[in-house]
Amino acid sequence: MSYATNSNCFAIQTFGLSRKFGDLIAVNNINLSIKEGELFSLLGPNGAGKTTAIRMLCCLLRPSSGTATIMGRDINEDPMAVKQIIDISPQETAIAEHLNAWENLRLIGGIRGLAKTEVRKRSENLLEMVGLTKRAKEQVRKFSGGMKRRLSIAMALVADPQVLFLDEPTLGLDPQSRRGIWEHITELKGKKTILLTTHYLEEADALADRIAIIDEGKIAALGTPRELKDSLSDMQVMVVKAKNLTTDAIESLKKIYPEVKAIEDGVEIRAKELSFYEIVDCLRPRGVAIQSTSLKQPSLDDVFLHLTGKELRE
Amino acid sequence: MKFLELAIRNFKEMWRDPISMGLEIGIPAAFLAIFWALGRSLGDENFFTPTMLVPGIAVFGFVFLSMFSAVVLARDREGALLSRLLTAPLKPRDFILSYSLPYIPLVILQIAVCFGIGAVLGLEMLGNAGLAFLILLIMGIGCVELGMILGLLFTANQVSGVGSAIITLVALLGGIWIDLGTIGGAFYRIGNALPFAHAISGARAVMAYGAGFSGIAADFYWVLGYTVVFFVLGVFLFRRNMVE
Repeated sequence: MSYATNSNCFAIQTFGLSRKFGDLIAVNNINLSIKEGELFSLLGPNGAGKTTAIRMLCCLLRPSSGTATIMGRDINEDPMAVKQIIDISPQETAIAEHLNAWENLRLIGGIRGLAKTEVRKRSENLLEMVGLTKRAKEQVRKFSGGMKRRLSIAMALVADPQVLFLDEPTLGLDPQSRRGIWEHITELKGKKTILLTTHYLEEADALADRIAIIDEGKIAALGTPRELKDSLSDMQVMVVKAKNLTTDAIESLKKIYPEVKAIEDGVEIRAKELSFYEIVDCLRPRGVAIQSTSLKQPSLDDVFLHLTGKELRE
Repeated sequence: MKFLELAIRNFKEMWRDPISMGLEIGIPAAFLAIFWALGRSLGDENFFTPTMLVPGIAVFGFVFLSMFSAVVLARDREGALLSRLLTAPLKPRDFILSYSLPYIPLVILQIAVCFGIGAVLGLEMLGNAGLAFLILLIMGIGCVELGMILGLLFTANQVSGVGSAIITLVALLGGIWIDLGTIGGAFYRIGNALPFAHAISGARAVMAYGAGFSGIAADFYWVLGYTVVFFVLGVFLFRRNMVE
């Protein structure tokens, strides 16, 4: 099968990209076109197929069917050409623990064919960028999780790839470290094509130019964060804070409004038309003491719940 | 030569593990001294002499090296670093070379330690020491390549168990402690089909009987052939196993 490619406009294009593991379809017929210089996010819960998709695009996993091109190079037909222009910061901290930060950068630069002087120059800049200059000569096994992540991103950048894959770059980090990584990623926006996978809504919302919501291997929705939220513009979201909110009361509410999500000390209800009185009439007879109600703008979380029927962190 | 940078990393990882390094050098040295002392205690002047023991003990040490190299590769396979490195434009043979080359200095060091301790204990070198060194060196490289195969087939934990079995088999079938010709039968045939006994008998022939290359050519090529086969098999398995 041949596929039309348009490498002038798109850095990454997938054509019916699919991958099966036995009976499980991990990635199911994905078609994406990611523009040069775009920061594109694949957003989905654990097991949605994000990492499988990235592993195929990085030529680490063969597609069961379909293909993809990276800057016009086909992942099935010319994986070595693809590998010349990509780099990845994988989900796990993929660094050589017994080497120092400097040596880790030299390793990646070296295997990607950079001259030593070039590696040195770029490493200096990158260590500065990720704030590791002072710790550059320490063995990285002594680094914190956040420092290892920052180094991992610097390693992915040392060869100056045209296309960068960031697989869950802030997974397991504390909020402060996560913010730090976001700043580094923001610095790269527009300079490189970046495909970022995450299951943090706020991460995709804050960083991505466009988001594809992926669930059970399929793309459920695609657009800018604003477009995705606007897709629910005809929806109302009411936050009800209440005491004595029992499972029975929530189930009763779901019979009227199917999209009810339990939150701390209350529920969020989504529907095209919400009736305050209907909600009160449903909850009060069940002993629920309503403390406050408010309407809010739909978030990406609401979009995800609406599209997939489940929460992102499930 | 992009793979050299990875070879340097693997070399550093290896040399920054002093306990394993110490064992690699210490085990052959200790065995050589123990069996030499045993031979003297038994009054044996034929087999447990430094000249006969050195080649066998060197090969025995190489099998430990197989385990060592297998564990390093298996551990990297289980971690994320190798996945990252696989996105670089390196070929499977580059990876196998990167993981094998760092062990060659260790092979040389092991042989040198065996020869050195042997010399102290009274080793006689009737033939060309370089030739004996060469056949042992090729066997050492072959054992490292065998380690690559094991590292690609088994997990780091499994390698320890499989390694014990291989060490025992090589000890039995390699003619390290007992001359295979004396045992005969199936042991002799199986042992001769493998490279270990050929490396040992080739080196012994040079050292104890002054044989030249023509005298050990069959042993030499047998060992070389196995080393090449182990390398090619390692490359094949890497290609097959590392891109799912």
